[in-house]
Amino acid sequence: MDNQAIAQKIREVAKKLLSEGKVDVVIGYAQGSVPMRDYPYFAYTPEEAENLTWSGFCNSNLANFTIRRPGRMAVVAQGCVTRNLVGLIKENQLKRENLFVIGVASPGMLDRNKVQAAFPGKLITSVQEDGADLVVTGRGFAERLPRKRFMKDNCYTCVQRNPVICDELIGEESEPTHGGDIDKVAAPWEKLAAGERWAEFQETFKDCIRCYACRDACPLCYCHVCFVDESQPQWCGKTQDEADVATFHILRAFHCAGRCTDCGACEAACPQGIKMRRLTSKIEKDIRELYGYRPGMSLEQEPPLVVYRPNDPQDFIK
Amino acid sequence: MPPSETFEPRIAAFFCNWCTYGGADLAGVSRLQYPPNIRAVRIPCTGRMNPNFILQAFRLGADGVWVSGCHPGDCHYIAGNMFARRRFAVMKRLLEYVGLEPDRLQFSWISSAEASKFQQTVTEVTAAVKALGPARFLRKDLAEVA
Repeated sequence: MDNQAIAQKIREVAKKLLSEGKVDVVIGYAQGSVPMRDYPYFAYTPEEAENLTWSGFCNSNLANFTIRRPGRMAVVAQGCVTRNLVGLIKENQLKRENLFVIGVASPGMLDRNKVQAAFPGKLITSVQEDGADLVVTGRGFAERLPRKRFMKDNCYTCVQRNPVICDELIGEESEPTHGGDIDKVAAPWEKLAAGERWAEFQETFKDCIRCYACRDACPLCYCHVCFVDESQPQWCGKTQDEADVATFHILRAFHCAGRCTDCGACEAACPQGIKMRRLTSKIEKDIRELYGYRPGMSLEQEPPLVVYRPNDPQDFIK
Repeated sequence: MPPSETFEPRIAAFFCNWCTYGGADLAGVSRLQYPPNIRAVRIPCTGRMNPNFILQAFRLGADGVWVSGCHPGDCHYIAGNMFARRRFAVMKRLLEYVGLEPDRLQFSWISSAEASKFQQTVTEVTAAVKALGPARFLRKDLAEVA
């Protein structure tokens, strides 16, 4: 199925759900006013459902908008988004009976920064997906490039392209994984010496402007008061001092431990192009090695940091 | 003298009220000698340890952080230390991954009867941190406030 057909099917399902009164809102995507900027859209009426769309640039994680939301809702969700929905259900932020999942098998989402980087200094007016290709047009140019080149980093190593929970599947299921080896790309600094790692860490995060877009885009960050906003005691200064930036990113990553589904919403939201998955993918790997857990894959398995085993590894404790 | 001999590290030591804090007490009344480099902070249980505390200690100038609590199975609150163990494992790996020297962050299980283990561990932790020199990891020189 191509994007138009998927979008058409999403609209049909949304209209049906809204007109039958099964849900109060359908959370999906609408086409942005500029190319490659499809944005989250809330359809409350069957007429509004006409605006729903689907493309590779539907990048924000819609699970984020379901948290503590009153009423019944339908959510357009790829594999990683359903994993986050499962996590939210397990953390009691969402009730399964209030949720209707409109599942879409992810073809690997696209990174607009990579597309723009291929056309430096040029204004892109339209980007169309055509099977395995991407047709990029602008003033005085039109090029056909392989779609695979412009996928988001996390999509290359995706382990769950199909929805985990699903009430209505749009189109057909795809290959379950994207085929990349997550262990090869997770934790890229592990091979460096300790001194080099610190320098590399500082270098990677030095452009951070502390806008907290990564936190706001993340469906795991739903605390009423975030640790960065606490002032007594103040865990994390407000400045762009390297110690403050480091504290923020270490703790943000740690709060995702055993919960992060590697959806890449943080990197997609970052205006500075910071690769914060360098930290979260390391924790993801550790949790998998230590406790054999992958977040959001089943409603039954308990999250790793709220349970324990008597024989948990403790070689680091004297 | 080389700097490593004159440098006296400051170590933030978080002790569980029910065991290591008692162990420290016993070491004191038993007149066991140990280096004076630790600054003991009493916590109700190692399960109370928030990773924030570890980072905050480094931010405010600690050269090392040491967390010590009850042996697995001995927790006053049944399993606080078991949950803490999982959190520490992930946190320690993360901090080492971003460049913290492994010896700066130490964990131990010391019961309130193990005064000699307490003495021995303080000595080991202090020596290990001393060998590393002053910490620059996360250090932030905050303005002095009254």
